[in-house]
This record gives sequence, structure tokens and C-alpha cells, in this order.
Amino acid sequence: MTRYIIQRLLLLLPVLLGISIITFGMLRLIPGDPARIMLGEHATAEVIASYRERMGLDDPIHVQYIRYLGRLVRGDWGRSISRQEWVTVELAQRLPATIELSIGAMLVACAVGIPAGVIAAYRHNSMFDLGTMVGALVGVSIPVFWLGLMLSYVFGFRLHWLPPSARLTVGIELQTIPEVYNINLTGPLGSVIMSILNFISNLYVFDSIVTVNPDALIDSLKHLVLPSVALGTIPMSIIARITRSSLLEVLGMDYIRTARAKGQHERVVLMTHAMKNAFLPIITVLGLQFGGLLAGAILTETIFSWPGMGRLVVERILARDYPTVQGAVLVIALLFVLLNLIVDLSYAFLDPRIRYG
Amino acid sequence: MDEPPGLAEQIAVPTAGQSTVVGDPDLRSPAPGGTVPRDRFMLERQSKAPSSLWMDAWRRLTRDKLAIAGMVIIALFIIAAVFAPLLAPYDPIEQTLLQRRQPPSRQHWMGLDEVGRDILSRIIYGARVSLQIGLLSVSLAIIVGSILGAVAGFVGGWVDNVIMRLMDILLAFPGLLLAIAVVSILGPGLMNMLYAIGFVSIPVYARIMRASVLAVKEQDFVLAARAVGVTTERILWREILPNAITPVLVSGTLGIATAILDAAGLSFLGLGAQPPTPEWGSMLGEGRGSVFTAPHIVLFPGLAIMLNVLGFNLLGDGLRDALDPRLRM
Repeated sequence: MTRYIIQRLLLLLPVLLGISIITFGMLRLIPGDPARIMLGEHATAEVIASYRERMGLDDPIHVQYIRYLGRLVRGDWGRSISRQEWVTVELAQRLPATIELSIGAMLVACAVGIPAGVIAAYRHNSMFDLGTMVGALVGVSIPVFWLGLMLSYVFGFRLHWLPPSARLTVGIELQTIPEVYNINLTGPLGSVIMSILNFISNLYVFDSIVTVNPDALIDSLKHLVLPSVALGTIPMSIIARITRSSLLEVLGMDYIRTARAKGQHERVVLMTHAMKNAFLPIITVLGLQFGGLLAGAILTETIFSWPGMGRLVVERILARDYPTVQGAVLVIALLFVLLNLIVDLSYAFLDPRIRYG
Repeated sequence: MDEPPGLAEQIAVPTAGQSTVVGDPDLRSPAPGGTVPRDRFMLERQSKAPSSLWMDAWRRLTRDKLAIAGMVIIALFIIAAVFAPLLAPYDPIEQTLLQRRQPPSRQHWMGLDEVGRDILSRIIYGARVSLQIGLLSVSLAIIVGSILGAVAGFVGGWVDNVIMRLMDILLAFPGLLLAIAVVSILGPGLMNMLYAIGFVSIPVYARIMRASVLAVKEQDFVLAARAVGVTTERILWREILPNAITPVLVSGTLGIATAILDAAGLSFLGLGAQPPTPEWGSMLGEGRGSVFTAPHIVLFPGLAIMLNVLGFNLLGDGLRDALDPRLRM
């Protein structure tokens, strides 16, 4: 197992290098001088020349790439053009919102998808089964952004059940964990802890629980519902399908017949005997879908004015703010790769029959 | 009928306790564990006329109600696309500013958009854009991906390694994000979006093609062909390609659905089709501000996208069941 993990991590290296080459290449492949793109249309020739000199843009391309890689590793991802803020700071502010939304979407997807799939498999060929399968096909065909717009129109605007956009109602105060508990650490380790605390404080639901703020908790949960449903629809449909087919396969096996023959209660047969074995493919799909959510978040966040990574990418592409786009693409790709790795490893971990050597 | 049972029926041997419902493929039991070894599959394939696989598949496909529904939906959109000038009641880009945001009426079945264009006409013309993007981007991906995959599988060694690691890197990005990154490099626009969407799905077809080549390369009949002096090129076209065509066809059909969805998303963000092109995604993007005051502006383009994508998903699913029962979900 350890050997397999090490092997997988080593295989990750070329992929990570490839990702960095692509994000590095993004800025070089854009038609035009990167210096002019960075400094804007009004920069004078001298300013551009000195910028080229300073950034080493006249060096050979491989030298530039190695320098870029070195900066990435040191955590210097450059500054955004439009805000003059460190890219890493911007990303750290935006990432928690996306994580929160993805978790919300995944909870919705599992809460509906798994039971629907189980019932569909159990009542194989019933109307419920047909309905679930057709529903799942419609679910993967819905454009996320359209569903989002419709949900916010119906439930936000028309029925006033839920807020149509944003993460918190204006006027609801939410303090960070360091603010509430008066934490102020200094020194190298202290500043790392402080930034971690600030990072998790941006997970509003988590923060409002830790800082005991029931108003903010309810409000942030309400804001989370519609975007989560919109983003969760595709994984929900896929999870329902895979649950159904996986369970159907298991239910046809001899040991299930044996369990039934010895008079075991149907619920026990289904929930303990069958589900235990049916779960493996479900977990795989779950992990893969989590990665896919990162892409769906780009559209969902735009619809719901959700201040996450996805919306950041769209905003900055339209503003031609390439350092931030590079950073955001890099982070999303890294998360995606990491999630896939976790799925693979958990697969080996969960199924003792699988032995990677 | 004296004709031997279909190839797929022979392979899919149901395990005990499973019922095999033939009538509605989507409700049939999943791919069972007990499958006949691959050698027999090859044997069957050789001993029968090559058309029988396709005849069987076609028979299964036409028995599949959901797949037929998919074909009907796609046919409707193709008719809309081909005969758009005849079917559309109005000019899709002509603005009647005095009547903007008018809800559906007798004259305008789907109402008018935020600058007073007839939404029904725009949706009919939009079928052209959507189908073109779907078909062209997937064709691009299939051609490039198949060549890369075939080369990787055939040549092997470091060439295989380099090509497939490159594909792994592309797969390290969520598809839509990579497409957005590519469009941000090339600049927004319909053609650039088409390239971007095609580009991101290359790895899928490269993998399929490589796997097919590897599966067939060592088979006895290819060895035999080599032994009698058949050229590599001929082996590729006559022996390997026909074996790869099934999974490519299934992935391609489902790929069109994804491509249409991604294209709509990119256009919605303003990175794809530019105004005043009647494209469903950009209709949604432009009409987004009117969602609370005139929801019909965003309702209909979204339904069009959904229905079109659903059509390809239904057909793709049906094709998978019909062509390769072992892959059935």
C-alpha cells in the first residue's frame, strides 16, 4: 500500500509540471507582448522596456519557465493587474466560498441521489425506477446556469422562500475566528496559523458555528441552498444512476439469495449485505464528481453572485487580468488532481481485494 | 427465426437471479459478471458476416423507446437548423425596440427579448449554431484524438509515453475550465470556442483509440495479416479501426451533448458566440438581467439547450446499450 502511494505520488510529478507549463504558457501564447498586457494600453515604451528587463522577459523561454516555477514554489504568484493585490491573497479569500458551495452541492447530490438510486434498484422496473432514470437523464442535460437562474427566479424572487443570490444578507455581521477569540499570533509559525484561521473563517457556515452566531448560521445556510441545488443536480443524477446499477448488480449475487433464503429481514439484506458491496463504485463516482464541481462552480457562482474561485476566473478573464487567472487555473487544476488521487487511494483502501503492487 | 442469436445476447449471460428484460433496455439488468471470454467474441466476429453486428445493434436500438425519443428530438432540431429560414416566423436579429420584453403572445409564441427580437425565431436559428458546434468540435476531437491514440498504441515505447502523459495533463483540468483558459488565450468568439471545446476532449478519444489498438494489435488475426505481408496502414484501417469505432461512436454521441452544454456555458459567459448571433447560451447571458422582469427571455433558450442535450444523451445511452451490452450502466 505504501509503495503504491509513493508510486502514485511520483506519477503526479510530471502531471504537476505539465500543469505549470500550461499556466506558464497561457500568458506567452496570448497574441501580443506580455509586458504590454500586464501594464495596459497606456504604458510608455520606456516603462515597458524596464518592465521587460525587471521581469526577465528577454531571457530565453526555458530560463523564464524555471524562474516561474521557482516563484510558484516560493509562493510568489505575482500581483493581480486590476487590484494590485497578491494573487495568493486573492485566491485564499475566494477559495473557501467555492469549497463551501461544493460541499453543499455534494450533500444535496448524495441526500437525493443515493436514496433514489437504492429505491430504483430495489423496485427494479417499477414506475419509480423509470421515473428516476428519466429524471437522471434530464438532470445531466440541464445547463447549470439556466437551472440557477430559474431557481433564483422561482424560489428567490417569486416565492421569497430563499435569498436569490450572495452569501449573506447585508446587515448580518460575521466575525472571523481571530476577531472573536482575540487571537493574535506573531512570528513565522504564528502568521501561518493566523492565515489558516482567516482562511477557515471564510467558510461562513463553519465560522458562524465556531463563533456562536446563530443568525449568521441560518442566514448563510439559507443562501447556500439554491446554489447547492443548482450545482448538485448533475452529480445527483450521476450518483442516482451509479447507485442503481451498482446495487442491481449486487442484488443479483448468490450471497444475497442466501441471506434472503435464511430468512434475513429485507431491510438488513438491502442495507447491510447489499449496500456494503455496492458502495465502492458509488464512492469512486462521488470523488470524481467532486472534481467536476469545480468546473460547474464557474457558472453557478456567476449566477448567484457567489464570491468564489469560479467567479474570480470569469471576472478576471474579461478584465484581462492574467496573473490572477493563471493562479486560479493552477489552484483548480491542483485541487482536481488531488481529488482524483484521493479517489484512487481510497479505492485501494476500501476494497481489500485490490492490491496494487 | 433460424438466425443465430445476436452477438451481444451471447456475451451477456445473465447471472442467477437476474431477470433480463428485453423490451426496455434502460430497465434491463446491468452488465452481469458472467461474460464469455474475449476469444470467443473474436471467433464469433470472424465467423459471421460483418454487417450482423450493426444489424443487431440497429434492431436493439429501434426497440429502445428512450433512444427513439432521443432520435426524434435530434431530428426535430436538425429540421429546425436546416429549414430555419422557412420555419422562423421573423428575422432572428431584427429589433423592434418598441415591443421589447413582450411576453409570449399569438404573434410571438415565445415572446420578444430585451431588444425586441422574436425569441422563437432566434431559437430556431440557434439550432444551427448549437448543432454545428457540437458536431464540428467533436469531429475535431475524434480526428486528432484517434490519430494520437493510434500512433501511441501502434508505436509504443517512448512515443506512447509522451503522448499519453500529455493527455494525462490535459485531463488534469476540468473540461470547462480548460476550455475557458484556451478561449482566454485565443480570444472570445464562435470559432475559438469550437477549437477550445474540441481541444479539451481530445484525450477521451486518444485513450479509446489507444486501448482499441492495444487490444487488437496482439490478436491472432492481426498477426496473421502481418505474416502474409499486409501493410501496417491496411491493418490499421481494416482491422483495428472497425474495432474501435463502437466506443468512439458512443463517446462521440455523448460528447456532442457535453460540447453543446459547454458551448452554451461559454457563450453565456460572453466567451463564445458574440452578439447578435442567435446562440442559446448567449441569449441566456444577454437576457440574464431581465430574469425577474421578463422570465420568458431566459426560459425558452434554456429549455432548447436542455432538450437538445437530452436528445443526444438519450441516443448516446441507447447506442451504448445497443452496441456494447458489456458497458451498460
